[in-house]
Amino acid sequence: MAFPYEHEREVRILSRGWGDPSARTLEGWKALGGYKALEKSLSMSREAVIDEVKASGLRGRGGAGFPTGLKWSFMPKEKTGLQYLCCNADESEPGTFKDRELLRWSPHQLIEGCLIAAHAIQADHVFIYCRGEFFEAVQVLARAVEEAYAAGFIGENILGSGISIDITVHSGAGAYICGEETALMNSLEGRRGLPRVKPPFPAAVGAFGRPTTINNVETLCAIPHIMTHGGAWYREQGTEKSPGTKLFCVSGHVVRPGNYELPLGFPLMELIHDVCGGLRPGRTLKAVIPGGSSVPIMNAAECEACTLDYEGVVEAGSMLGCASVIIMDDSTNLVKQVRRMVDFYAHESCGQCTPCREGTQWMARILRRIEEGRGTEEDLDTLLDLGDQMTGTTICVLSDSAAAPVASSIAKFRDDYLALIRRGERVGAA
Amino acid sequence: MVETVTLTIDGLEVTVPKGTTILQAAEAMGNRIPHYCYHPGLSAPAQCRLCLVEVEGAPKLQASCVTTVTPGQVVHTQSESAKTQRRGVLEFYLKNHPLDCPICDQSGECKLQDYVHEEGRPKGRSREPKRVLGRDDFGGDVLFYGDRCVMCTRCVRFMNEQAQDPRLTVVERGNRSVIDTFFEEGVEGSPYAGNIVDICPVGALVSKDFLHKARAWDLDRIPSICPNCSQGCNIELHVRDNLVQRLKPRDNPDVNQHWMCDYGRHRYEWMNRSGRLLLPKPGEGRHAGGNGAGDIALAQSLPEAGSWESVLGDLADLLVDARAEGAEVRAVASPFASNEDLGALRRFVDALGGGRIVFRSPRTDEELPLPGFPKLVRRRDLAPNVRGAELLQMSRVGSDDATGGLDDLVGFEGILVVMGDDLDDMAPDFGAAARVFAFLGPQVPRQLQAVTCLLPTVTHAETEGTFTNFEGRVQRFWPGLHTHGEARPAWQVLDLVAAAVLGDGTVPESAAEAFQRLADDHAVFQGLRYEELGTRGALVNDPVPLPGA
Repeated sequence: MAFPYEHEREVRILSRGWGDPSARTLEGWKALGGYKALEKSLSMSREAVIDEVKASGLRGRGGAGFPTGLKWSFMPKEKTGLQYLCCNADESEPGTFKDRELLRWSPHQLIEGCLIAAHAIQADHVFIYCRGEFFEAVQVLARAVEEAYAAGFIGENILGSGISIDITVHSGAGAYICGEETALMNSLEGRRGLPRVKPPFPAAVGAFGRPTTINNVETLCAIPHIMTHGGAWYREQGTEKSPGTKLFCVSGHVVRPGNYELPLGFPLMELIHDVCGGLRPGRTLKAVIPGGSSVPIMNAAECEACTLDYEGVVEAGSMLGCASVIIMDDSTNLVKQVRRMVDFYAHESCGQCTPCREGTQWMARILRRIEEGRGTEEDLDTLLDLGDQMTGTTICVLSDSAAAPVASSIAKFRDDYLALIRRGERVGAA
Repeated sequence: MVETVTLTIDGLEVTVPKGTTILQAAEAMGNRIPHYCYHPGLSAPAQCRLCLVEVEGAPKLQASCVTTVTPGQVVHTQSESAKTQRRGVLEFYLKNHPLDCPICDQSGECKLQDYVHEEGRPKGRSREPKRVLGRDDFGGDVLFYGDRCVMCTRCVRFMNEQAQDPRLTVVERGNRSVIDTFFEEGVEGSPYAGNIVDICPVGALVSKDFLHKARAWDLDRIPSICPNCSQGCNIELHVRDNLVQRLKPRDNPDVNQHWMCDYGRHRYEWMNRSGRLLLPKPGEGRHAGGNGAGDIALAQSLPEAGSWESVLGDLADLLVDARAEGAEVRAVASPFASNEDLGALRRFVDALGGGRIVFRSPRTDEELPLPGFPKLVRRRDLAPNVRGAELLQMSRVGSDDATGGLDDLVGFEGILVVMGDDLDDMAPDFGAAARVFAFLGPQVPRQLQAVTCLLPTVTHAETEGTFTNFEGRVQRFWPGLHTHGEARPAWQVLDLVAAAVLGDGTVPESAAEAFQRLADDHAVFQGLRYEELGTRGALVNDPVPLPGA
């Protein structure tokens, strides 16, 4: 088996070509039915494409879960000049590794999706903004773009449709914040990667000051399949409000971590115990971060009945985010985990907004002190208060993301904090 | 007709033009929302997060500096959530602030100090060590104290947007981010870089020239006009101990917006010059030779140097005689003199039969515009009132360094009046042939031996009056320094003499009256009223059209 783990309960639509090196090439991809959807879409009106995507109920896979068809319809009805599509391939959320695999194994799937989306929103140019550390993925993607240009799928008058679309692969410089859509545009333009104030929203003023739509890699990869088989087909998987399949990046204390493509609404406990082969022998579940490091941490009780769709995870007290499931068993010290996450956010804060710039660093320092046994219970109150100050007060949501795991871990795993504080007090007293 | 929007801020209704931001609307009604990154002359990045206010119906607090008003909007700047936000943000600002107010030049005019005093926590909660960045020389007049910086990026944006000379940037990110220069020379040589010190809301950017010179609360701030070129930038004289300590720009959207150039900013020391003429003095040594400057200075210190009554009385007698004998009159004026002084000189010369008035003015070939506000230019004429002198039919003579051009006056035998020009480049016997040689000026002249009388006058920093800038805008300045000795405004001196010579008793009693008479006498000033000039000035009747306007 070329690719690490597969499971029979998976529904492999997006990940269908994974593990098959030939799928990376244009010929191989065409053999799998590639570029049929593009041909079909270009023959349709752009409104019809948007309607099909709306019918599928596809929701943005970057984390927010915003309906994709609706997002596309925000673009100007009357085109007045250049318009852009940005593909967000700056995947850097701790715990997330799905886009990397999509780029590595099925670059043509993404290119096809980009072209269809560009047609739907009348974009003249597609920018695929790749994370700076994706060396191999960028090489594979760039080669695929070259192939597609040579084959006439990209460029002037695609397949004789009269539509011209260009694609540029842009490699970032390795800043997490450039995954925020407006920071991505600033970075693309050659500026510092600072999130912009909204409004104006990208659909009005985006990259290079022109109307722009920005979609996640996984979202765009789903588009060719929807266009081939229709929106109703896509709805066969998943739940009413969260249709389709989703790539789950499972990491942490399970026997078989990895990427699994499962229908949305899949029960979390079955993901852990069935698909991923369960916890390590003799361990019990302590905590789960269901959607990448930016979402609240769930304790074992909350995981019991949780289903992995946008609504189900919210009901369980967290968010699906980009479905990066981090599993922690009882060997985990939550304080240390949270401290590492906050360190990450402190390091990656762009430094624009005061609450984030100072707050993330301050939290990291306090957590470090608690971890080293020099904390007090008062520190926990300070942390919670700082978290309040950092939530909803900044231009982007990076500081909210840093505050969320701190607040949820103090609420749900206070004993972990108290144990360190008490031990420190004892040592200090002795 | 400007479209307007009516909204409610803190329970009060306010109507403002469409497109106004909440912060500006609040400011218009006298409610100042705390802010750092917003500056009216720069773009608003909304990153300091201090100006967040509660807007009914919005899920989160809104940055008032970028949120435009909408009809019927209800804004609360003092709600619990807005206050909590400000208290929290201020605590974040103090997290790494060194609290070195006692040795900080900004202390007393520091926005961090002000806001924290108003709304901050009484006690900080941080137990962590502070980040230390230290001090950096940014070149030119600018010194950077990194620890005091609040990262509002006003300085970076000024250099990018107004000076359009991007020499500053933010390096690193997050908590490690710091303002820095690209190259070693920093802002050195950038002609408007001094403004970044003005707009820095805290003590991060300070002036080397002003470093540790005076405390902000000891300074008197007097509205004035920059006397260093003909742009006529509105400024404040900051005065302590009867000395000008520094110049700061004063807002005037028609002239200099919020800015001034470094050339003007750093030329204030001459207002503090010693060696002043203190008392009026008859020229005892006239034609006798040997009455050097040192003797005059010595004579000044003696009470018998003369009183205004006797000196002016003697001068009037001489002038009456000379006039009776048909002596011609000629005068040398100065472009540093006010409109009132120049008007009085014009009137004085005309009363004695009329004659040519010349002036010498320093001039440069280089204009220094501010690209972001191109109306602001360090002009070629390096004096404040060249235009005023020209409007009163005075003619420029001499070279660009304000020397020469007076050769035809060397052997002049009539009545010679010199006002404000120190004649430093002329031979000691300049004016020896003149029948009467009256010298009015603030300084003791270095060379002159042949004067009939020395009449001490004040500088513009010591009196009130008006200048006319390059485009014909008449602007007022106010007195900031105490007068030295018995110096008087030149218009008063000239008018008293003229009244004595003509036997006409009407003498203006104030600068306002002197200006009013100027406006009555000269068509170009007609209709202007001193009281109505206000702090923004008014154009004369044949303004010079601005390039591109």
